[in-house]
Amino acid sequence: MALTASSVPTLWRLARLDFDPVRQQHVLLYPEGAVLLNDTGTAILELCDGCRSVAAIAEILGERYRCDVLADVTEYLSQLAERELIRDG
Amino acid sequence: MTDNRPTTLLAELTHRCPLHCPYCSNPLALIGAEAELTTNEWERVFAEARELGVLQLGLSGGEPLARKDLETLADRAHRLGLYTTLVTSGVGLTRARAEALREAGLEHVQISIQDADPESADHIAGMRAVRHKEAAAALVRELGFAFSINVVLHRANLDRIGDIIELAGRLGADRLELANTQYYGWALANRQALMPTAAQVTAAQAVADEARHRYRGRMQIIYVLPDYYESYPKPCYGGWGHVYLVVAPDGQTLPCHGATHITTLRFDNVRDRSLGWIWAESPAFQAFRGEEWMSEPCRSCPRKAIDFGGCRCQAFALTGDATNTDPVCTLSPLRSIIDRAVEEATGREEYRYRYLTLGSG
Repeated sequence: MALTASSVPTLWRLARLDFDPVRQQHVLLYPEGAVLLNDTGTAILELCDGCRSVAAIAEILGERYRCDVLADVTEYLSQLAERELIRDG
Repeated sequence: MTDNRPTTLLAELTHRCPLHCPYCSNPLALIGAEAELTTNEWERVFAEARELGVLQLGLSGGEPLARKDLETLADRAHRLGLYTTLVTSGVGLTRARAEALREAGLEHVQISIQDADPESADHIAGMRAVRHKEAAAALVRELGFAFSINVVLHRANLDRIGDIIELAGRLGADRLELANTQYYGWALANRQALMPTAAQVTAAQAVADEARHRYRGRMQIIYVLPDYYESYPKPCYGGWGHVYLVVAPDGQTLPCHGATHITTLRFDNVRDRSLGWIWAESPAFQAFRGEEWMSEPCRSCPRKAIDFGGCRCQAFALTGDATNTDPVCTLSPLRSIIDRAVEEATGREEYRYRYLTLGSG
């Protein structure tokens, strides 16, 4: 499921973002699974609040990293949407 | 997940269960209540698992609700930050217990369904379980748990896969796991009765594919293929001793819940050793880690990075040597074992029901 700039990504109701003190890494936990997140992935998911659009998330991160990240953010969230971990709206 | 840390612990709290399903994943030699780990011992296991890097905990059985300390254990797991799933038949999930488990921080409940047809479902379970399950499902929804339904598929229910999916939808599941029977232990003993026909498998696949799209966004549908009908074996949990471990009711610690069938292995016990030691050092966990143990055709096969030689338990059960290629693989010289089993299954046998009898512990 491909997301677009106007999609509003939210975490699946069954998934939660957590910090794993053992691995010193953020993780996305959901039934029967876990995704270990890098810093960029964590930054993107922390901004998925059910209100911000993909474009709005990319704008915040673009300012933080001082480059255009819209394509990368869209791709990253689309991959998680494909696995049904991210929902649109 | 390549940091050599386990992510998932299946805690088989007990082998006691009111159901008698003929495909039960528990071993044929069931462990009695008197040999079960105590509350304190389980709490220690959970804490050690978390230190080791475990993120997912399955509270399983048998029927885990048979343990009176389940709420205490769920509370401990939650405090450790584990994402915890209760794997239950639903029988025994009263309102009081469900509320206490929610209070304890349990996140996810998985209820088994035997069939969409109530009479058939009760026949498979070996008890009148359907009405308990429907009540349990309603409670799980009402209390806001993440809710999965899992169904083991076989000859007697595969033709009703469409009705089963609709039932799970009606019961309000977030997730539906449709898993074709894996033939170990009880299921292997009942293989003649359980094995579906090729026509059933093909038809069911089409129904599952269509439903997966139709339910997308409402109910996640996971369909686990019947591996006897596959060309290549399943990649068990990313390979032996890679991310997964199981603690049996008496504390024996296994790389897979089917591993007790490999009678050449000896398993260490959390009563004698720490979970960390067992994960890193136990000979049973070392036995098939990596690729060194492999023989041909796996050793020189590029697919060894995809399926890790398949299932060690299946290789042992069907070929007598756990280092053989899983005979499901069409590259295995022993594939005829699988083909013959498929051809010979008549479906006319009676079930050999799972019973926990005196002396089996």
